[in-house]
Amino acid sequence: MADVTLTTPPDTPSRWTRFRDSDLLASFLSSKLTMVSALVTVVMILGAVFATWIAPTNPFDPASVDLMNSLFPPRWIEGGDPRFLLGTDNQGRDIWSAILYGMQVSLIIGIVGVIIAATLGIGLGLLAGYLGGRVDALIMRVADIQLTFPAILIALVIDGVVHAFFKGAPREQTAFGVLVVSIGLSFWVQYARTIRGSTMVEKNKDYVHAARLMGVPAPLIMLRHVLPNVIGPVLVILTINLALAIITEATLSFLGVGLPPTQPSLGTLIRIGNDFLFSGEWWIVAFPGVTLAVFVLAVNLLGDWLRDALNPKLR
Amino acid sequence: MTEPVLSVRDLCVEFVTRRGVLRALDRVSFDIGKGEVLGVVGESGAGKSVTGSAVIGLIEPPGRIASGEIRLKGERIDNLSPTAMRQVRGRRIGMVFQDPLTSLNPLYRVGDQLVETIRTHLPLSAAKARTRAIELLAEVGIPAPERRIDGYPHEFSGGMRQRVVLALALCAEPELVIADEPTTALDVSVQAQIITLLKRLCRERGTAVMLITHDMGVIAETADRVAVMYAGRVAEIGPVRDVVSRPFHPYAAGLMGSIPTLETATDRLVQIPGSMPRLTAIPAGCAFNPRCPHAYARCVAERPELLSRGAHAVACHLYDEPGVDAEALVQRDKVAAAVGRSRA
Amino acid sequence: MLAFILRRIFQSIVVLLCVGVIAFALFRLVGDPVNQIVSIDTPYEQRMQIRKELGLDDPAIVQFGRYLAKAARFDFGISYQFRQPVASLIGERMPATLELTFVAALFSLVIGIPMGVFTALRRRSFLSGVFMTVSLIGVSLPTFLIAILLRYIFSVQLGWLPSFGRGQVVQLGWWSTGLLTASGLKALILPSITLGLFQMTLIMRLVRAEMLEVLRTDYIKFARARGLSDRAVHFGHALKNTLVPVITIAGLQLGSIIAFALITEYVFQWPGMGALFLGAVQNVDIPVMAAYLLLVSFIFVVVNLVVDVLYAVVDPRLRANLQAA
Repeated sequence: MADVTLTTPPDTPSRWTRFRDSDLLASFLSSKLTMVSALVTVVMILGAVFATWIAPTNPFDPASVDLMNSLFPPRWIEGGDPRFLLGTDNQGRDIWSAILYGMQVSLIIGIVGVIIAATLGIGLGLLAGYLGGRVDALIMRVADIQLTFPAILIALVIDGVVHAFFKGAPREQTAFGVLVVSIGLSFWVQYARTIRGSTMVEKNKDYVHAARLMGVPAPLIMLRHVLPNVIGPVLVILTINLALAIITEATLSFLGVGLPPTQPSLGTLIRIGNDFLFSGEWWIVAFPGVTLAVFVLAVNLLGDWLRDALNPKLR
Repeated sequence: MTEPVLSVRDLCVEFVTRRGVLRALDRVSFDIGKGEVLGVVGESGAGKSVTGSAVIGLIEPPGRIASGEIRLKGERIDNLSPTAMRQVRGRRIGMVFQDPLTSLNPLYRVGDQLVETIRTHLPLSAAKARTRAIELLAEVGIPAPERRIDGYPHEFSGGMRQRVVLALALCAEPELVIADEPTTALDVSVQAQIITLLKRLCRERGTAVMLITHDMGVIAETADRVAVMYAGRVAEIGPVRDVVSRPFHPYAAGLMGSIPTLETATDRLVQIPGSMPRLTAIPAGCAFNPRCPHAYARCVAERPELLSRGAHAVACHLYDEPGVDAEALVQRDKVAAAVGRSRA
Repeated sequence: MLAFILRRIFQSIVVLLCVGVIAFALFRLVGDPVNQIVSIDTPYEQRMQIRKELGLDDPAIVQFGRYLAKAARFDFGISYQFRQPVASLIGERMPATLELTFVAALFSLVIGIPMGVFTALRRRSFLSGVFMTVSLIGVSLPTFLIAILLRYIFSVQLGWLPSFGRGQVVQLGWWSTGLLTASGLKALILPSITLGLFQMTLIMRLVRAEMLEVLRTDYIKFARARGLSDRAVHFGHALKNTLVPVITIAGLQLGSIIAFALITEYVFQWPGMGALFLGAVQNVDIPVMAAYLLLVSFIFVVVNLVVDVLYAVVDPRLRANLQAA
């Protein structure tokens, strides 16, 4: 009776087996809503990526646009033109093509903006968490102050400042860079806080002490040892932030401080369409609006699911 | 024996989950008489707390009482309407939870919580209820109750908070108190005080107590009778002296072997090899058979029922196997354990 | 308690100073203010003269002090765009924004909290499902799309509500209010729903999540075990504990209400500060931008301070910590 039987450790399964048996996959398959939103997201991203091949016309190319074709309603409505599935806008641009290209623009700005935000946030978060002391205090103070201001306001200010600096440059040339920088600088705080928190936990673990004793330089410890262990929660923030970044870009463009009508994003298209709301040309605003709403909703649903699935407390 | 205060018969509790229906309690039966303290022991997950929750009607979905009966003074309470059950809770059955630090609402004064409970169950004016609350606090040994009654929970120490929780459980003079691990979260020095207090208060009032714990020491000192639970079933139940000193069920015997006494204090404690099965994988037949040193074919094929001999009941095939001297087997085990210890 | 409030006030002042630095830096870094005043062919000597008069030759720190001193007296300079004092521009528009924000915040709390409580208590009911779906859409839809949608339905199609402007306003001293006339109230409906919808869904989801968390706690279980009525358990014990974190978030959200007011004001041509700021961003009107930033951060800071104090009033544990500190 006194012997101790040890339970034999189970064989370590491969990464794929673990994923297959994990609750993550199970919860994914059990939720129809999640699967639908994943499908919608993928289809829309593919549409944006292959816009050049899918779209019947290139709305960026002035040569392909004819003012004579302006304000056609969608094809299935009386007065519609079979060439234009979803109708045309005031300049004769095909709405369907404009949406595909607009999605592409929105997506690129969103992704690049989020990458900048994540890189900045992760970097500062690592520094703050690993070095602590004054560096930490400084970074987190800035984060605290910035957090009191909503992202859209910060993006607007940055936009205003940058335009003030490059007063001469036309919007076409600066718009992309300004948007991306505005989004990047507006969203870094969340990453920094998350990473800082987990870095502070990790840095006291034995493997970090060991690396330090072996004389591994601090930057290398941060990148090679700490980073891989703290990067997990960032995935959820990335997903939800992508939706937010796309909304921010659309909002800025809608407010007239984002992309100009010559390189329309979804927000710009909605801005153009909004002017025709009262004269009855509802399709100019409706289709880009629905596209934006559906895309953001789908990405949000995915993010929600991911957060719940990765949160052991809710299971 | 007069009519028991609490009588549980063949109680089954199930949890419906994604992976199927889990049986947390499987045909659990026991009685508690007036003024009696029944200790319920077992490892975590054995179904002790679920039994307590089932009696007070607080099994939360996806859990449900699948079958069986719970009677309070002969009256069935397992199928009462939510409103009727609410009048039983607090009024006729009081409950004490494990952690006094989290049992009290941090945003309300201690007195408010007492007065609220008293007035829910007794037709008293606010002023009378407050007087009664102060009396109760004095009774559970809180110094300067007139002043402390206006304190917030965080201003009380753990032991003091558990006294407040006791006062709350007893404020409507219930017939039964369920104490679910009332001392586990407390300092060792405070544990004995709380147990003594609980025992004294209940004896004075003639209140029956269901004392859920995994602390065999507490049971040995406090309980009149003890029920040993394993994997959602009652393995052995009987007067505390018999079960502690002469346990029959191999699991109970192993459990008693794990009580440190003066003789064994310098030695290694006896361990039961293996661990309790998860609810998803309870073996057929006797749930204890994979770990049982005496298991034989019948244990795998057939589930043992609780068999009474006098006041003592055991769910083990050996207990009624013809030609087996149960007493001798248990004695042999003790010798084997002692040998094992000296070898180690 | 007093020490706590003083400490928070000190922190608030630090935040305001930081924003002040940024606002000041906008002036210093972005273009030469002299260029805003003079024409291209103004001779160099005259420019230097103006520089001196404006105090631009003083050390930066002196200029900064002067800027702050002026800001404290609500002197934010002259708008490049309108050639008017910024303070009076903002003063004219502030009531419109504050009324809109206040009504929207009220709307979001009055509707959001009960919906959150309902969805937490009746998790499996059909109506909860509807609320949750609507809230998900509310959280996902950009504010400007909601505005366009509401305008299209209620103004263009149904013609029930005005699509822009503030309606008739009544002057109460320097404050112009739209709350006292029928047309003013009607004009307020769509913008405040637009503005409040996102906050409402947020508050609803927050209340729901907090409430579910609280309902799992031991003290709620214990309250039930004592036989308290569902009403006492849910609305006495659970809701009060739920509201503690909700207060904080709701307070912080006021910042984003003000920011999103900007979008709402733009769509509904609401004559408020947000629309003014937006115009300033488009036209690089630095004095207006800086003043708006300072003002908004001042509001944020005050609200945060109020929230902190409120927090301590609700939660006795915090109060005790503060007394100990």
